[in-house]
Amino acid sequence: MYSCSDLKKGLKLLIDGEPHVIVQYDFTKPGKGQSLYKCKLRNMITGALFDRTYRSGETFEPASLEERDMQYLYQDDSGHVFMDKKNYEQVFLTEDTLGDDKYFLIDNMDVEILMYGERAIGISLPNFVNLRVTQSDPWVKGDTAAGNNKPATVETGYTLQVPSFVEEGTLIQIDTRTGNYVTRVKE
Amino acid sequence: MMIEPNWQIARKRHTLENRARIIQQIRAFFIRHDFLEVETPHRIPANAPELNIDAVPAADWFLQTSPELCMKRLLAAGFERLFQICHCWRAGERSNTHLPEYSMLEWYRSHCDYRQLMADCEALLTELKPDHRIFRQGQTIDLTPPWPRLTVADAFLQFSSMPLATALATDEFDSVMAFEIEPNLPKDRPLFLFEYPVEHASLARKKISSPAVAERFELYIGGLELANAFSELTDPVEQQQRFTMEEMQRRKLGKTPYPTPEPFIKELATLPPSAGIALGIDRLIMLLCDKNNIDDVVSFSPEQL
Repeated sequence: MYSCSDLKKGLKLLIDGEPHVIVQYDFTKPGKGQSLYKCKLRNMITGALFDRTYRSGETFEPASLEERDMQYLYQDDSGHVFMDKKNYEQVFLTEDTLGDDKYFLIDNMDVEILMYGERAIGISLPNFVNLRVTQSDPWVKGDTAAGNNKPATVETGYTLQVPSFVEEGTLIQIDTRTGNYVTRVKE
Repeated sequence: MMIEPNWQIARKRHTLENRARIIQQIRAFFIRHDFLEVETPHRIPANAPELNIDAVPAADWFLQTSPELCMKRLLAAGFERLFQICHCWRAGERSNTHLPEYSMLEWYRSHCDYRQLMADCEALLTELKPDHRIFRQGQTIDLTPPWPRLTVADAFLQFSSMPLATALATDEFDSVMAFEIEPNLPKDRPLFLFEYPVEHASLARKKISSPAVAERFELYIGGLELANAFSELTDPVEQQQRFTMEEMQRRKLGKTPYPTPEPFIKELATLPPSAGIALGIDRLIMLLCDKNNIDDVVSFSPEQL
């Protein structure tokens, strides 16, 4: 069983017998008031989105789903296609289901796909991915107000803050759990 | 693999330099206004039992959720103007504006009520921002005193989908406050939200002319809840009753029972009329440095440890 303190983005819960994933999570506590846990949930089967606010003391049943080792192949009209490494079966996930995770997919990458029966309904990415910076303006020396940060876009279209010394063409490591820059990668 | 310093820490340099300077200015402000800076133990046998604040256990005692009780015992012993900058711990509180370990500024005055603390807030912020302007998330906040004041009752009339009495009776006070009132408070001026229902102010004095409310206020600036203040309850008997009430509610919800802070209650008898306030330093730095995430204004967030 989970309690409210376990709630976070990406956690999978069983609600009314169906698996749900928390896609947005916010903790609020007005003044000396009670803790309120505001969640946006996605029904992993129907894709339906809804908001729900929980209060301390509530408990949740984990959604235990089968995970299969797969490889990312390519993107087409139906979505992003993955292949089961054991039986070569192919499954796909839509952009909606992937959310920001779509920015961290690299061809032939090993991932874990969450299954509901024979249907793919979610993904677990490796914690770190390496992606190449395709666009970032040169840093203006002396611009300390920005705190040595600047925006950069990587090959998948994802935009993040990077240190001023990162140049276009640099391979960088990104933490897929936070979406944050980690380090440059030696090539 | 790592070929460069940890950027998620290194990038905070500019903010941490500003933070240090702001804290020095805060200290100078209180010293100049004749407040005594004190340090009280962080690990204590009992916090004030409050329904919605969970303490972190530390061996057979607890980490402080606020230095409040020791500060008030000092007031009761005759100290008249006190301040402290220290860490506090509150279990399970984590968001873009919450850290389970955070920095608190508390100050206390005897022989005054909470209105004096409103004036103190205005004086402190306008000293930190002499041009009376804060730019935050594209919004200009005008700090020119006096700042607007709104009673909790009026806030419910203006912003709530249900009357205050209904919200209290159905235990919806906090959710109305969080989802209907707080997001709609004006962002271009600071705001004192004041006169809280007594059941939402367990250590505050009741207002003599309307005893259903307590002399408590919260300061909001730019959408951030920055400080909580009240005229202190100085009656040991009433304080004991209010603590018992909080404890009963804690037990009803299956929460850890807390011991009663006996010496505090005993010494309340010599506490002169006083007022005290707790201001979250990390949120103040967020406000002044235009940061949206509390992680950006502390050297380490818990996840970075």
